[in-house]
Amino acid sequence: MSRLLEATGIVKRYGHVTALHGADFSADAGEVVALIGDNGAGKSTLVKVLSGVVAPDEGTIQIKGNPVTLGSPLGARAFGIETVFQDLSLAPDLGPAENAFVGRELVKPGLLGWFGVLDSSKMRRQAADAFMSMGTNLMTLLDEPVATMSGGQRQSVAICRSIMWASEVLFLDEPTAALGVVQTRNVLDLVRRVAARGVAVVLISHNMQQVLEVADRVEVLRLGRRVAQFRAAGTNIEQLVGAMTGALDGSAA
Amino acid sequence: MTLPQSDRADSAAAEQSAVSAPPPIRRRPLRRLLTTSPVLMSAVLLFLVIVFSAIRPDAFPSLANAQNVVMDAAALLVMAVGMTYIMIAAGIDLSVGSVLVFAGVCSAKVMGAIGSDNWGTVLVGLAVALAAGLAWGLFNGLAITKLRVPALITTLGTLGAALGAANLVTHGNDVRTVPLTLIEFGVGGPFGLSWIVWVAIAVAIVGGLVLARTRFGRHTYVIGSNAEAGRRAGINVDNHLLKLYGLSGLLAGLAGWLSLARFATTTIAGHSTDVLAVITGVVLGGTSLFGGFGTVGGTVVGILIPTALSNGFIIVNVEPFWQEVATGFILIAAVYVDQIKRRARDRA
Ligand SMILES: Nc1ncnc2c1ncn2[C@@H]1O[C@H](COP(=O)(O)OP(=O)(O)OP(=O)(O)O)[C@@H](O)[C@H]1O
Ligand SMILES: [Mg+2]
Repeated sequence: MSRLLEATGIVKRYGHVTALHGADFSADAGEVVALIGDNGAGKSTLVKVLSGVVAPDEGTIQIKGNPVTLGSPLGARAFGIETVFQDLSLAPDLGPAENAFVGRELVKPGLLGWFGVLDSSKMRRQAADAFMSMGTNLMTLLDEPVATMSGGQRQSVAICRSIMWASEVLFLDEPTAALGVVQTRNVLDLVRRVAARGVAVVLISHNMQQVLEVADRVEVLRLGRRVAQFRAAGTNIEQLVGAMTGALDGSAA
Repeated sequence: MTLPQSDRADSAAAEQSAVSAPPPIRRRPLRRLLTTSPVLMSAVLLFLVIVFSAIRPDAFPSLANAQNVVMDAAALLVMAVGMTYIMIAAGIDLSVGSVLVFAGVCSAKVMGAIGSDNWGTVLVGLAVALAAGLAWGLFNGLAITKLRVPALITTLGTLGAALGAANLVTHGNDVRTVPLTLIEFGVGGPFGLSWIVWVAIAVAIVGGLVLARTRFGRHTYVIGSNAEAGRRAGINVDNHLLKLYGLSGLLAGLAGWLSLARFATTTIAGHSTDVLAVITGVVLGGTSLFGGFGTVGGTVVGILIPTALSNGFIIVNVEPFWQEVATGFILIAAVYVDQIKRRARDRA
C-alpha cells in the first residue's frame, strides 16, 4: 500500500545556502507526524516545498503513489493540502473571515456571481461557525483587522483557516508558538480531531513534550536531511534531542 | 460540536448553523466611522468652503463656481479612481498626468485627421485615447511585474517618456483639432452638470462597487496587505498588478479625452501637477500609501480638497501657485498621519 504523501530526495538551494540536501518525508492518512529539527534544519523550507510555495531543485513528491508536480500553492490545494506557515501568511488589513476565504472567495449566485460579486454574509457566517466549532473566540472579532489582534489570535485565525479547508494533508509550522496554555491545549485537541477524520497532520514544534504527547510518529531533520524516524510511543525526549543534534542515531520507525 | 469537513466546509458549516445559534456579530462602532478619513475630510472640505465663502461671499458660494469646482475635479477623479486601486495594492503611478496629455494628443490628432465633425469621429477619438492610455498602463505594468523595476521608478520614467512623446508628436504645440460635437458634449448635461462630470461620477460608482463588492476588489486589498499571502492563497499577483496598471492608464486616457472636451485643446503644459493633486486626493480620502486600505468614496471627497483649494485661491486673489505649495505640504502631512496611524495599529 502506498503512502498518502511521500517525498524523496528533496533538494532546495538558495544561492550558496543549501536548505535541503536530499530530504525525505512521508505521512499517512489519519496520522499525526511531528517534524522536528534544530533552527535552520530546513523544516519550514520542506513545508514550503510540500505546499507548492517553493519549487524543489531536485527530488520527487508522490501523492497516493502517483508522482506529482505541485507547481504552485493552487496545485497543492487541489490535492487537499493546507498549510499554516510559520509567518502565518495573513492579510493584516483584512478581518478573520475575509482572511479565511482569501483566494477562494464565495460569490453570489447567478449573474452577480459571474461579475465576481462577493457573498460576504455567507462567508462571514461560515467563518464564524468554523471559528466557533474550533473553540476560539474569533467570532466576536469578525470586524477587527487581523493587524490589531494579539499574536495568539492571529495564529488562531491561520489555524482555523487551514483546518476549514484541509482534506488530505495539514501542515502546521510551529502553530502554538504564540499561544497561551488553554489555546495550545485547544490546538492539540484540534490536531487529533482533524487526524481522526482521516487527514494527515504534520506538526512542526520545538516543544518535545508536546511532540511526544500528540504525535503518532516523529521525523527528524538535521542539516537538510531526514536523519531519524521514531514511533512516538516508546520514544523519549533524550532520543529526540540526540537525533536532532546528531549525538545519537535513531532509526526505529 | 463537529468540525467542518474538509473541502465540504460549506455544508458542514450550514449543518452547524442549524444546531447552534448564530454567533454574536459586532458591527463597526459609530465612533470608528467618525474618525475615518472620508468623514474627517468632509469636515475639512466644509471648513474650506466656509472660509472661502466668508472671504468672497459674492463669488465663491455660487452655483456657477460650484459647477467649476466639480468640473475641475472630474478629470482628476477619473484618474484618482485608478490610483485608489493601485495604492490599495501598495503601488504607485506617477505617470497619469503625462499619459493624459499623450492620450489627448493622439486623440486630437486622429480626430483632426478624420476631419469630420460628428459622433463617429468623437467615438473614434475616445477609442484612440483609451488605447493610448491602456498602452502606457500596460507598459508600466509589464516593467513592474516582469522586469521587476520598482513602480516608483517605472512610472517616473513613463511620466517623462509620455510627455516627451506627446511633444514629439505635436512639436510642442497644442493641437486644436477638437470636433465641436465633443466640445458641446462637455458644455451641458442633466441637472446643470456637464456630461464630463457625469462620466466621472459613473467611473467612481462602478470603480467603487467593483472595489468593495467583487473578488477583483478583494484581491486588490489582499495584494496590498500581504502580497505573499495572496500568492500562497493562489492569487496571480503579477497578473492582477498588470491589470491595475492597465486600468490606471486606461482611465488616464479617458481623462485625456474628457480634458479635450473641456478645453477644446490639448493643454500639453497644463498637467504637470495633476499627479500631485490625484495622489493627495487619494491619500486624503483615507487610502494608505502602504497599501491594504482605502475606498473610492474617500477618494471622491479627498479629490475635492485640492480642487476647492485651487479654485478658492484664485477667487480670493491668492496667486494660484500657492495651491501647489499648499497641496504639496498637505500630501506630506497626510502621509505622515497615515504612518502614525499605521504604527499605532501595528503596535497593538
Ligand atoms: N528565502 C531564503 N533565502 C535564503 N536562504 C533561506 C531562505 N529560506 C530559508 N533559507 C535558509 O535555509 C535554511 C533552512 O531554513 P528553514 O527556515 O527551513 O529552517 P527551519 O528548520 O524552519 O528553522 P526554524 O526552526 O528556525 O524555523 C536556513 O539556513 C535558512 O537560512
Ligand atoms: Mg521554520
